[in-house]
Amino acid sequence: MSLKLTVNGEAREVDADPGTPLLWVLREDLGLTGTKFGCGRAACGACTVHLDGQAIRSCAYPVRQAAGRQVTTIEGLAESKVGQAVEQAWIELDVVQCGYCQPGQCMAAAYLLGQQPNPDDQDIDIAMRGNLCRCGTYSRIRAAIHRAAEILRG
Amino acid sequence: MKRTFQRPGMLTIEACFLALALLLAGGAIGGQAAPQSPPPTVPEAIRAFETVAMVLRHPRCLNCHPAGDVPRQTDARIPHFLGVQRGADDHGLATQRCSTCHSAENVGPVPGAPDWALAPRSMAWEGLDDHALAEALKDRAKNGDKSLAELDHHLAEDKLVGWGWAPGEQRQPVPIPRAEMVRAFRLWVAGGAVSPPPGKTSTFQDGAP
Repeated sequence: MSLKLTVNGEAREVDADPGTPLLWVLREDLGLTGTKFGCGRAACGACTVHLDGQAIRSCAYPVRQAAGRQVTTIEGLAESKVGQAVEQAWIELDVVQCGYCQPGQCMAAAYLLGQQPNPDDQDIDIAMRGNLCRCGTYSRIRAAIHRAAEILRG
Repeated sequence: MKRTFQRPGMLTIEACFLALALLLAGGAIGGQAAPQSPPPTVPEAIRAFETVAMVLRHPRCLNCHPAGDVPRQTDARIPHFLGVQRGADDHGLATQRCSTCHSAENVGPVPGAPDWALAPRSMAWEGLDDHALAEALKDRAKNGDKSLAELDHHLAEDKLVGWGWAPGEQRQPVPIPRAEMVRAFRLWVAGGAVSPPPGKTSTFQDGAP
């Protein structure tokens, strides 16, 4: 079935079973492999993307629910001011270790900063607790979110 | 406990109208005159309500009608993992929305239905006995300002309510059909929507279906 959605600002049309998780359409049909498969049950956050601006787990959203809506993936994150700040902070603080979870971490962080421009540690812990990192980069992630907030404040 | 009599009185009148409407509708659907069956007795109405109460206390329903601000999950009704909280609008915290993970439908092991959210605090059924549950259901200040007819429609048609009978993989549905629960609700209403006496808490573990 043909479905139309906007991905990173670009109109896209895909031929997919409408029940296919959005994650697989992004990765397999559109070649946007920055979004990762982690658990397949919305429990790890590796597949986090934005749907109409809200962070969601793309492994738990059938593509039919993204039809006609705006999807932002890690590849399009830097198109926003918040996304640019997140990327800059991540690079400055050298957050990444293995990197597998980091696209999801960045998408969750950007959503947090969109909701709360000046989050404290507790705000960050609450917003990010659904994004797991087996390398344990949590303290660097928290510091990078503070740094991104600082960048956004100017 | 302080009680007012105006609201229950209004509801009793409302219940009579609904009962009359249901009897008339039954006749119209069958294309014949409505049978002259007497309205349910109070014990029959209370027994019917116990069936409704058992459904409302089933984990598929009660997990999202908690007494506090934490949704529950599984048949053991454990607190929702990842520290999920109610939030100001019952749809999760601003940065941890229910819809972050729950879409409008089940996807693999992740449950979903339209408007996935916690019931408002006023609809916390956890800890209520049958009497208090019946009172809460009838109280428009607690039930989302619904008449009994609107409650009937909600129970019979709402998609989020219906999820309890189609909860997706690894979850047990409510063990009696939805239609049976709705029939019990209508019987209770036809019998005056009387509240059971305090003290009893009906559950499926009591030996019902």
